[in-house]
Amino acid sequence: MPRTRFRLNGVATEVDADPDSLLLDVLRGRLGLTGPHFGCGVGECGACNVIVGDHAVSSCDTPLWSVADKEVITLEGLGTADRPHPLQRAFIAEQALQCGYCVPGILMSAAALLMQNASPTESEIRTALDRNLCRCGSHNRIVRAVLRAAKEMAAPGTPR
Amino acid sequence: MKTSTNTSMSTSPTLPVSLAANPRLSSWIRFAADGEVTVSPGKVEIGQGILTALAQIAADELDIDIARVRMVRASTAASPNEGVTSGSLSIQQSGRALRQACAEIRQIFLAAAADRFGIETSALEISDGTIHGPGNISTSYWELADEVSLDRDATPGAVPKPAARRALAGHSAARLDIPDKLFAQPRFIHDTILPGLLHGRVMRPETSRAKLAGLDETPARGVAGLIAIVRDGSFSGVVCETERAAEAALRGLRKGATWSQGEALPDENDLAAFLKAQPVESTVIDQRTSDRPADTARTIRRQYTRPYIAHGSIAPSCAMAQWDGDRVHVWTHSQGVYLLRADLALVLKLPVEHITVEHLEGAGCYGHNAADDVALDAVLLAKAAAGRPVRVQWSRADEMTHAPFGAAMAIEIEAGLDARNEIASWRHAIWSNGHAARPGRAAQPALLAGFELEHPFPRVISGNPPQANGGGGDRNSIPLYDFPSWTIESHRLLTMPVRTSALRTLGAQGNVFAIESFLDEIAAERGEDPVAFRLRHLTDERAKDVIRTAARRANWKGAPKPGIGHGIGFARYKNTGAYCAAVAEIEGEEDIRVKRLTLAVDVGEVINPDGVINQIEGGAIQVTSWVLKERVRFDAARITSNSWTEYPILRFSEVPAVQVDIIQRPEIEPVGAGEAAHGPVTAAIANAVFDCLGVRVRNLPITRDSLIAAMDSSS
Repeated sequence: MPRTRFRLNGVATEVDADPDSLLLDVLRGRLGLTGPHFGCGVGECGACNVIVGDHAVSSCDTPLWSVADKEVITLEGLGTADRPHPLQRAFIAEQALQCGYCVPGILMSAAALLMQNASPTESEIRTALDRNLCRCGSHNRIVRAVLRAAKEMAAPGTPR
Repeated sequence: MKTSTNTSMSTSPTLPVSLAANPRLSSWIRFAADGEVTVSPGKVEIGQGILTALAQIAADELDIDIARVRMVRASTAASPNEGVTSGSLSIQQSGRALRQACAEIRQIFLAAAADRFGIETSALEISDGTIHGPGNISTSYWELADEVSLDRDATPGAVPKPAARRALAGHSAARLDIPDKLFAQPRFIHDTILPGLLHGRVMRPETSRAKLAGLDETPARGVAGLIAIVRDGSFSGVVCETERAAEAALRGLRKGATWSQGEALPDENDLAAFLKAQPVESTVIDQRTSDRPADTARTIRRQYTRPYIAHGSIAPSCAMAQWDGDRVHVWTHSQGVYLLRADLALVLKLPVEHITVEHLEGAGCYGHNAADDVALDAVLLAKAAAGRPVRVQWSRADEMTHAPFGAAMAIEIEAGLDARNEIASWRHAIWSNGHAARPGRAAQPALLAGFELEHPFPRVISGNPPQANGGGGDRNSIPLYDFPSWTIESHRLLTMPVRTSALRTLGAQGNVFAIESFLDEIAAERGEDPVAFRLRHLTDERAKDVIRTAARRANWKGAPKPGIGHGIGFARYKNTGAYCAAVAEIEGEEDIRVKRLTLAVDVGEVINPDGVINQIEGGAIQVTSWVLKERVRFDAARITSNSWTEYPILRFSEVPAVQVDIIQRPEIEPVGAGEAAHGPVTAAIANAVFDCLGVRVRNLPITRDSLIAAMDSSS
């Protein structure tokens, strides 16, 4: 089996799997990560979003070979309870979810947005999250949380 | 305080229903050795934040820090049996039971401490679980736990703290489950890995209710990692070492399958005609007669419809099962572990004691979805796994086509108006499938695979809960207004080509849409302000308060602006639950856009204000999606809305601003908030469309097509 190399959450990773395997299957199956969630399997809901390079992509329809030599970030790589990412802090502050199943994908979409645009407007945030579905109706809280995180990150001396 | 001298009038205290059904105190609360308190409710977390609210209630009553509370997931192995987590009843049922149980437990411990110190209980105080007395004497729940047995039944009479002395209830405690969900700690059933876990997939027909006529297993047999192919009648599936293999084996199974023709579906474009042409069971739900004969000058009649609505949970349903001889352990995100167990026992023909059903969180649950179905799937597939656990996850397409839907409704309302255009009589008639076919309630199981077996159970035709329990299709059909007379009829279909069961609010969304739209039509004919018209017909001050509050906050009716419309909707959920009024502001020409929703809600005592706001806000946004976008699609043979493309829901860029005001009434028993917004917001949007465009859309959803159709029919 050919090996695919990429950086996963900052760690050099090598996977011995069919290059046509779907990235989500590899992350959840072979690599045992539970951050990215299966929602639809065809890139329509965003629950499985991860960051590849500086873009959020749906991992359920991304083949493994396409991330070779790239940087992949999942929710596990965003932050921890001890060292949370400003987005994670902001989601707690805004209590920005109900069930939270869609949130890992939304956090990755939001993190990718903030990598590209450090001070997005509300409308830019909504556009960036438009391919992420939420069924519980937490959208406005989520948007507020992203705005809060952006503001915090813009403040001088904020740890990232 | 006013005291009554006639003590014979006071009723003897009774236990809250959940506590009366599960009186053993130790089944609710235990003091762990490490300074923790385990709280074990029978209700489950479905994304609504119930565990946090219940932790607040318990911590408050016991006088402990909420950080000491550990919430235990419901399981038939140990939890109190609280039926199903539904109907916005968890605060009412579990909350009251816990508050009462904790009040008694607090007293029991105070008495034990008083005994130990030889003083009166009144000399003792509890602070974060430590029981203090005069002269620095102290002990704690944990120190006394060995000598105080909670293996005893609750007795009526313990008095919970008055509202003013509660430190946690009434405050927005942070949700206990949120950190895990943000930091990728496995909490969902989907993320739970058991040792030796295998993966299963079930094959379901694309054509509605087609039977599996033949199955060539060869293509599936060729898949590496295949453990077993299971077939029992039309039920078939695969068990594999990995998910990937299971998907491949399922594709193989599909290649080898031949299906019978299936059963015809109704015309999706004329649901009212279909609903009204079916055999029905008719019930008069309520009747009010007036002493004075109705002085009817004219009668107006309107018909409103809503389509079938899908649950559309973001996660497909999932379950795990593991057999040990003739005993099986099931992990599920079902809303009712005991009810699911009862149906599993019927299908498996096993005593319930052989089945343990344990809850694990799933994605947001809005009613009876496929959670229970997939649990039976896992149990059946796991039989072929030689004692290894099997995880089954439905596909998105199966989730969107095989799970029960919220039932379509046709509602006819007729009002007799007197010479002054006042409402003299009122008739409300509903045609709909039943809104409840939950498992565990009947002698026959209600689980999908049970209908597919070689020796199948009959397909359950959905029923309706009685009005005393809130009703089903007739939920919220009895007007809250002071009309002099009315007749409310429900016609429940006895055929069910499209599978329906409980979806958030059951029939209330449709009924409130109809009543509140119709009231608006009459107010418009009278040239009367819709808010004033409603207030004039209400006597309940709590009802009037939410309407006035929402209207004031939304600046009800400022100067009219072209292209902008406002509408109001009101209901008290189930006529006994939360009061909610909504004002919608929309912008529209060919398409409409909901810009802002302003809601006021009264749930009585508020345990967690932010939790209530979250539920109301979420409900308002979800139902905006129902109203603007949602409709289960089908042709004569199959459900066609099998993906998010075919069943679109509201996106971030389309979500309105939502403002929620809570009217706090700490002295009134709390009720749930999860379903209060749906009906009022639906009506508010429809009424705002009329205000903006002068077009009355009576058939949901309100889309460009339905606007054009409504314009055509009115011109």
